[in-house]
Amino acid sequence: MNHWIIAPVLLPALVAAIIILVLRYQVITQRVFSVASTVALIGIGIGLLVHSMSGQIDVYELGNWPAPFGIVLVLDRLSAMMVLLTAVLALAVVLYAIGSGWDKRGHHFHALFQFQLMGIFGAFLTGDAFNLFVFFEVLLIASYGLMIHGGGAVRLRAGVQYVIYNLLGSTLFLFALGTIYAVTGTLNMADLAVRVADLPASDTAMIRVAAVLLLLVFAVKAALIPLHFWLPATYAEAPAPVAALFAVMTKIGAYAIIRIYTLVFGTDVAATADMIGPWLLAGAIVTLVVGMIGVLGASHLGRLAAFAAIGSMGTLLIAIALFTPQAITAALYYMIHSTLAGAALFLVVDMVRARRVAEDDAIAPRPAIVQNGLIAAYFFAAAIAMAGMPPLSGFLGKLLVLDAVRDHALVWLIWATILATSLVAVVGFARAGSLVFWNVAPEVDHTPAPHPQTALTFVATGGLIAAIAMLTVFAGPVTTFLSETSAQVFDKQSYIAAVLETARAIEVENLPLEGSQK
Amino acid sequence: MEYLLASAIGALTAAGIYLTLRLRTFPVILGISMLTYAVNLFLFASGRIAINLPPVLLNNTPTYTDPLPQALVLTAIVISFGMTAVVVLIALGAYLSSNDDHVNLSDGPVDAQEPSK
Repeated sequence: MNHWIIAPVLLPALVAAIIILVLRYQVITQRVFSVASTVALIGIGIGLLVHSMSGQIDVYELGNWPAPFGIVLVLDRLSAMMVLLTAVLALAVVLYAIGSGWDKRGHHFHALFQFQLMGIFGAFLTGDAFNLFVFFEVLLIASYGLMIHGGGAVRLRAGVQYVIYNLLGSTLFLFALGTIYAVTGTLNMADLAVRVADLPASDTAMIRVAAVLLLLVFAVKAALIPLHFWLPATYAEAPAPVAALFAVMTKIGAYAIIRIYTLVFGTDVAATADMIGPWLLAGAIVTLVVGMIGVLGASHLGRLAAFAAIGSMGTLLIAIALFTPQAITAALYYMIHSTLAGAALFLVVDMVRARRVAEDDAIAPRPAIVQNGLIAAYFFAAAIAMAGMPPLSGFLGKLLVLDAVRDHALVWLIWATILATSLVAVVGFARAGSLVFWNVAPEVDHTPAPHPQTALTFVATGGLIAAIAMLTVFAGPVTTFLSETSAQVFDKQSYIAAVLETARAIEVENLPLEGSQK
Repeated sequence: MEYLLASAIGALTAAGIYLTLRLRTFPVILGISMLTYAVNLFLFASGRIAINLPPVLLNNTPTYTDPLPQALVLTAIVISFGMTAVVVLIALGAYLSSNDDHVNLSDGPVDAQEPSK
């Protein structure tokens, strides 16, 4: 057993506990520990990714209990890729939080940040549906604390909405898991895949209900319309580094949809074959339209970035909804891109806020901010990436998505929507950028503009933009890896074999459920 | 027994959904608590209802009740308890800082001197 698989969960958990118990009043040491942990996580992520490239699926049995009985962590190409993506994003976010001083505006930023990372990594690595719920709760409870970090009436009230929405989502998740357990008698994903495929036709009604309930839960996380209402206020009011980290939270919903609806409720399973894709596709198209119209109509930069995140989830879910290997390849490329670009956009928005009087982020002419030109360049780089214009990776991502839907029945609708919304987004970003950076209002009361001395924020945001550029330059090798990843995602027999291998070796008797004996 | 359990889950869920759709935070939190009670009962029933049976396999008893849902319920209870505490604290913080316990966000600046209706 490869013990490195559990390292991304254990390391942040330990560091968070050390920070909160030992280093509670020492901000400098907290920062050292937090950055060191995040750098180590990138190292571990690279190691796991290289290890997964061989195509082998590694299983980590917690407590050495064999698979359907114990909880397993599973490392395949998809998990390893998401772990590394999260670690890279986390380093940029934590550097920005330190550079901008956000981590000193309230207590326990670094501890909550590490707990949040623990939950995210756990969600990407687990091979058990109930364990997925538990890691969702870990990352959510940390995100509740991060969301209201720094306080303030508006942020707290947005936080209340966010918490209530996600508590309802968690309740729905439990209802879905209960239904699945009642029908199949297992919650291990590989075991579920076997049992759902073997269900007699008369028993499929309940499992279809469960599949749709589970889709609703992941759609809440992925901000699919009409379940997106928590996102705009949360992302706009959350502290900027937190909003940037939340860029990967919506992707967890997308990841879970890819994982569950290829492995357990795949298109080859009779019970749910043609049910999920069309609904997801319809929702995704509306999400894309609403998100990009929101970009055009936003009156504040925070809202603009939030609606851009919704729009990018629309594009991503369109690709996922097809559930073909080529479309999943495109979706994974777009997922990496939109995580980095969305986070960069939130950080640039915060750089503007920090330089305006009273942290005002209205899209309206204001007196010129300090370092206007450099921040404008950052903003437009992030905007070009988000809108999907050449030369950055958003363009390549959208091209891959457009190419992947070529054989779909609704190809013209999808093409028209993606291309038209791209235009809307370009106009929206151009309008916002020119109003904020180039349409300078004269100073009225001669309040000096704030001038934060923060080179580190430029390094962090520039690092994200550099990562987007790298993703563009190395698009060839990356897509080769991603097409292998999506091939592995669709090869569910090898996943099942890897997870259940040990259990078959000891030939466990399939115990019937109590109810079926009556 | 099945009818009793099913109707209890249904009643709790209905009350929970009604209360979460209210405007102020206190009924919403009560509603979330109701929903978590409902889902805990629901999880409990997902291993089938078996009364007065041990949750372990014994040599002399051929029947048993499924122990896994009990473990799941225990986890769910702990998590929902913690989450309820968090939402109470955040709602209290929001109420005390803005003097208004409505769930919805107002568009304009928060008016601290708004008279109670």
